[in-house]
Amino acid sequence: MSFESAMARLGGTSLSVGSVEACSIAKGETLADTIRVVSGYADAIVIRHPKEGAARLAAEFATVPVINAGDGAGQHPSQTLLDLYTIRQSMPIDGIDIALIGDLRYGRTAHSLAFALSLYNARLHTISPKGLELPVTLATELAERGMEIIEHDDISDVISDVDVLYMTRIQRERFPDSASYFNVASNYRITPELLTRAKKHLIVLHPLPRVDEIDPRVDDSPHARYFEQSRNGVPVRMAMLMQVLQ
Amino acid sequence: MTNTESAENEGLLVRRIRNGTVIDHIDGGEALNVVKILGITGTTQEALSIATNVPSRDMGRKDIVKLTNRELSKEEVDRIALISPRATINIIRNFKVCEKKGVEIPELIEGLVRCPNPGCISNTSEPIRSKFRVTPKGLHCSYCDWVIARDITSHII
Repeated sequence: MSFESAMARLGGTSLSVGSVEACSIAKGETLADTIRVVSGYADAIVIRHPKEGAARLAAEFATVPVINAGDGAGQHPSQTLLDLYTIRQSMPIDGIDIALIGDLRYGRTAHSLAFALSLYNARLHTISPKGLELPVTLATELAERGMEIIEHDDISDVISDVDVLYMTRIQRERFPDSASYFNVASNYRITPELLTRAKKHLIVLHPLPRVDEIDPRVDDSPHARYFEQSRNGVPVRMAMLMQVLQ
Repeated sequence: MTNTESAENEGLLVRRIRNGTVIDHIDGGEALNVVKILGITGTTQEALSIATNVPSRDMGRKDIVKLTNRELSKEEVDRIALISPRATINIIRNFKVCEKKGVEIPELIEGLVRCPNPGCISNTSEPIRSKFRVTPKGLHCSYCDWVIARDITSHII
């Protein structure tokens, strides 16, 4: 929706394909064909797709620029740009301590952000349920790029040390039953009580939508930046669209 | 002297070929995978001879594959490097070695290996071939960034 808002604010229009169920893909059309057809209808394509690598495939078949708006459990680069922008509104990015919390295995926003932060000499603290840790290949690559990655069991272990808390949603379908989900999810929750031990300038980010991982009472805290982060999605995506359309 | 003894004395386990390709110095035990990489099945036309675990001065044990009436292309030869980087290729014409070449690890391999990531777009019905960059860490999927670090042969399509 934020890409549509960005396009509208730039004075353009957008054609939304909508969900996979609602378009030709549901009739058996390949993504390659859909992209070739849509290339004739639009000046740029923004694609969100459940399969990893879908945007790269789209770029191979498109005759117009393609922006990856999220590919499965892969990457989410446009979210990363607005995440970096939101951090920079509060502090210099270089050398920050950031905690990535939640589903880091399938959380594409965390993958892209971690990768981008490796350019900024940031120190990464990861807190995730067993089995949902950062993918080994990504962690290895980050380490090779010189990034320090420190794993923790509990948010309270790092709350006093970090500049940014980046929360991600833990999805129920990753667990065998609701009871195990609630049991795990309750350990990955930000509350006002926890934030009393935080640095004064700490900011809390979340790509949204959130479920239970941030207590609504945190919304009024000076640390909360996630709605501002969401708003930042529009100007950042306007800039991305301008970049590819010019 | 029996025929078998004669062959052993000459160092030949399989007969010389008139025309075709001899792939020598294959790592011991990898010959069948080499054949798989080349897409040779029981239903293709080539006459095929395989010698496995042959004693070798340099390698300890090696495998040899002989293909009659087929000269391997550069792309095919380089695919072999993925599983047997020391292999040498001899192109035979009229019983003589006309060309001898080593294998080079390619920078990009297409359509040879299946991405192990079930969520990868290359594992769907899209009209694409799998694509991997060959890196020091292994094979890097050009679509989803998955890395195959070991046991490449089990992912060969």
